Amino acid sequence: MSAGSVWRRRMTSRLLSALAALATLAVITPLFLIFGFLLYQGAAALDLAFFTHLPKPVGEPGGGMANAIVGSLILLGLAAVLGLPVGILGGMYLAESEDRRLPGILRFLADVLNGVPSIVIGIFAYTVVVLPMRRFSALAGGFALAVIMIPIVLRATEEMVRLVPASLREAGLALGLPRWKVALRIVLPAARPGIVTGAMVAFARIAGETAPLLFTAFGNRFWHHGLDDPIAALPLQIFAYAVAPYDDWHRQAWAGALVLIVLVLLVSLAARMVTRGRYGVAR
Amino acid sequence: MPDSIVVKQLNAWFGEAHVLRDIDLTIAAGGVTAIIGPSGCGKSTFIRCLNRMHEVVPGARVTGTVLLGGEDVYAWDPVLLRRRVGMVFQRANPFPTMSVFDNAVAGLRLAGVRNRSRLAEAAERALRQAALWDEVKDALGKSGASLSGGQQQRLCIARALAVEPSVLLMDEPCSALDPIATAQIEELVHELQTTLTIVIVTHNMQQAARVSTWTGFFLLGELIEFGVTKELFRTPKDPRTEAYITGRFG
Repeated sequence: MSAGSVWRRRMTSRLLSALAALATLAVITPLFLIFGFLLYQGAAALDLAFFTHLPKPVGEPGGGMANAIVGSLILLGLAAVLGLPVGILGGMYLAESEDRRLPGILRFLADVLNGVPSIVIGIFAYTVVVLPMRRFSALAGGFALAVIMIPIVLRATEEMVRLVPASLREAGLALGLPRWKVALRIVLPAARPGIVTGAMVAFARIAGETAPLLFTAFGNRFWHHGLDDPIAALPLQIFAYAVAPYDDWHRQAWAGALVLIVLVLLVSLAARMVTRGRYGVAR
Repeated sequence: MPDSIVVKQLNAWFGEAHVLRDIDLTIAAGGVTAIIGPSGCGKSTFIRCLNRMHEVVPGARVTGTVLLGGEDVYAWDPVLLRRRVGMVFQRANPFPTMSVFDNAVAGLRLAGVRNRSRLAEAAERALRQAALWDEVKDALGKSGASLSGGQQQRLCIARALAVEPSVLLMDEPCSALDPIATAQIEELVHELQTTLTIVIVTHNMQQAARVSTWTGFFLLGELIEFGVTKELFRTPKDPRTEAYITGRFG
């Protein structure tokens, strides 16, 4: 090999490494820009009252979004309770089923559901939950968010369960364990880190959803009095404050956005720590 | 107690491919039987028919009779059968989310045994039987996947032994191991044959000669010859057996 070709190979290698690094930078720059801008705009309006007080009437300074923060957490919790079991068990079915046709059809339908605009899902929840109950409610909001969450969790679970090596299933079956036990006790734990990641992606997505909450959770300027009551949510509050013509409301909207993004971050971190197995490696 | 295995007119398919043809074979209770033959001859499929793991593969089919201790295994619940017929695979496959201890007793615990002292006893007994106890007794809480390859394979043997099977099927258990780990497994096989019927698939003829009492030679899905290992290697009756063991093909 001549010295020239070695030199050319090294230069090509360096060039491509630099391009790849540049591309990575391009991907993460917007994240830091957004975060920095939120800090710049929102940090000023963040004080203890923001986390502990209800919104003040127009014209009165101060107040906070305590009800919206709690509301968002409750809505996320409801969505998780309704959506995670369905999504995870459904994903297990898609990956483990021996049926030839049904999983393919379900997979396609889940992808379609994933592509349905969230406002349409809001209308759906309005029709099946709000109309029969004759009132806007936290339940309806949680239901709408769960519907958005299910296809994401379903597909993520399916992919992760498929990645579990067949040799582990065989080991379980050869020990004289029934298939359902192998699936739940051996395959599912092995796929857990990936499933948690999938669930977190779904959480991040629904935490910021506004449209499906407009006519389900509806929003509330006060504390809610039960899950069948309209409930405040950060995205709704941010929207309402951002389009209002008052400067201090704009500042609070920025602060709300900052809190929302930190909330998503914290929920992700907590979920990772809680569900990390003793020997689990984060994927 | 070890069980005998009687195989009559066993045929197996993967979809359209006919991979085992009219196998007739009797494996005595206790002792080691080696199954040899070139790749793709159906030897793995054969032992997977004995614990009904063959039928787990989509499109796989079996006909014929397999008697375990005189009972037809194809009339049994496969789950119960597999508690009596343990299996060790080519690649060590400990459960990665479980500790050494949990791996060893996985079969018992997942079958509903909760009693701690019983689990601890079973773990120690199985790990001792698998000649792994001395190496892991201070690290029972470590991940099963953190052991070396040979230790992992012995952990898998312990896991199979913990449910106290009467037969142990081994599907090329040493093909991914170095010579030292291989020697350990072979010694283990030698010791276990007093309490178990062992059927070991191997593509290593020296190994078959070292560990087994009986040997069966498979070729293209047929059982060409079956007999006492020493005789089969010294004076093969079939020219195809002779060609294979003298290294002329395969």
